[in-house]
Amino acid sequence: MSKTPLQFRHNGRDVAIFVDGGTNLLVALRELIGDMTPKFGCGQGGCGTCSVMIDGEIHLSCLTLAETVAGRSVETLDGMKQGPNLHPLQRAFADNFAAQCGYCTPGMLMAAKALLDRNPSPSRADIVEAISGNICRCTGYESIINAILAASGGRASA
Amino acid sequence: MTRHRGRGMASINYPIGMNLGGDPSQALVHSNPSGKFTVALSSIDLGQGMKSVTRQICAETLGVPVEDVYVDTADSDTGPHCMGSFASRGTHRVGNAVMAAAREARGVMMEAAAEELEVNAADLDTDGRGNIHVKGAPHRSISTKDVAIAAQFKQGKTISGRGIFLVPLSNVDPETGEMSPATCYAHACLVAEVEVDDETGEVDMVRMDSAYELGRALNPRLVEQQLVGGAWMGISHALYETPEPYYPDPSHGPRDFVEYLMPGPGDICPHDIAVLERPAPDGPFGAKGPGEMCANPVLPAVANAIFNAVGVRIDDLPITPEKVLRAIKAQGGARPQARR
Repeated sequence: MSKTPLQFRHNGRDVAIFVDGGTNLLVALRELIGDMTPKFGCGQGGCGTCSVMIDGEIHLSCLTLAETVAGRSVETLDGMKQGPNLHPLQRAFADNFAAQCGYCTPGMLMAAKALLDRNPSPSRADIVEAISGNICRCTGYESIINAILAASGGRASA
Repeated sequence: MTRHRGRGMASINYPIGMNLGGDPSQALVHSNPSGKFTVALSSIDLGQGMKSVTRQICAETLGVPVEDVYVDTADSDTGPHCMGSFASRGTHRVGNAVMAAAREARGVMMEAAAEELEVNAADLDTDGRGNIHVKGAPHRSISTKDVAIAAQFKQGKTISGRGIFLVPLSNVDPETGEMSPATCYAHACLVAEVEVDDETGEVDMVRMDSAYELGRALNPRLVEQQLVGGAWMGISHALYETPEPYYPDPSHGPRDFVEYLMPGPGDICPHDIAVLERPAPDGPFGAKGPGEMCANPVLPAVANAIFNAVGVRIDDLPITPEKVLRAIKAQGGARPQARR
């Protein structure tokens, strides 16, 4: 099968890869770029742990054809921290014990970031809505919601 | 259509570990020349926090800072044998094994320190900050790092320890049927409040109040995480989850996470938890295990709350809207019970 060249921005950096037709963005990120932060959960769009942001909007990378991100900007959890400093959301997740097994955490953080980027002071209901596509099998939603609330409270306008 | 409120309660008595041919776990602890310690286990941490808890237990027993201990888990090729992470046995069984291994390693460490300080090992103590000193004379001190270096390069000693904790098999007495399947029991009581819609059969959780007696909580935040999440796994079992909704008929089974029902962030309700700490005599620092028992009282409490709300007794899990509706229909309408 012929491969298609694909260029896009990955966490602010230009990347160029060759993909087979039908390759999804999750596979492209993990196997071709080596960014292991989006996780493979169900591969069917039901769990949310593969969530990434495309041009600032939350998407399920397992259901996104890699070729559709040509020329666009893809943000993953890998791009969230600034050097050695955790992003305020990551800090809040740690401070609020919002991870147990941690498998849903990358998707939860991306869903939370997508929310706070467009609504810096969300209500509890807004947060519940924003993470409703993400499954936490440890059922730790309460501390995840609290972490996002805490991050929005202490968050700078950036 | 009416939404009926109901309240139900359940108490449980939960045995820690299992009794199938004996229940052992092993641990090995050794120091590196840097003065840091490694705990080797085959036990798996699936997110319950066993790595954190065994790290705390090891550091506390050795008398060194928790940062100086690294726990290496889940390699059954190279680690010592463990039965596994199930039956709420991790903290109790593995914790005890780690404690035994750390105690033996501490003995060697103190001997090695005694040789360096030219005193009797019995006169030495650790300060928990990485130093070993003569009791009553804190200035006569040596760091655990220097002890580890001396043991490795001068004395030719391995600062290490082996630990096993075994609860032996308890056989059934053929005459009386008596046995002791567990040495340690945790306890819990949970009150669930639900709202049942008599038109749709849907059950909504309104709130939960619970008390858990689980020995000493070695890491209170991890215990809380387990209790909060575990209670919702119980709700999930009581109301939503099943791979075969018409068992034994396999049809209509869920095929993915969209069809397999689980609680989401919008389903959770307030849950007030009281943790009662009554140290277990045979637990590491008095700990039992807050594992599976987090979920156990929830199921009967929810079933009782549904009975209290609409008067139907459903004994088949999960308690789906269909079952609730059929039962309400069979008895000719909702019959709310007295609220206590």
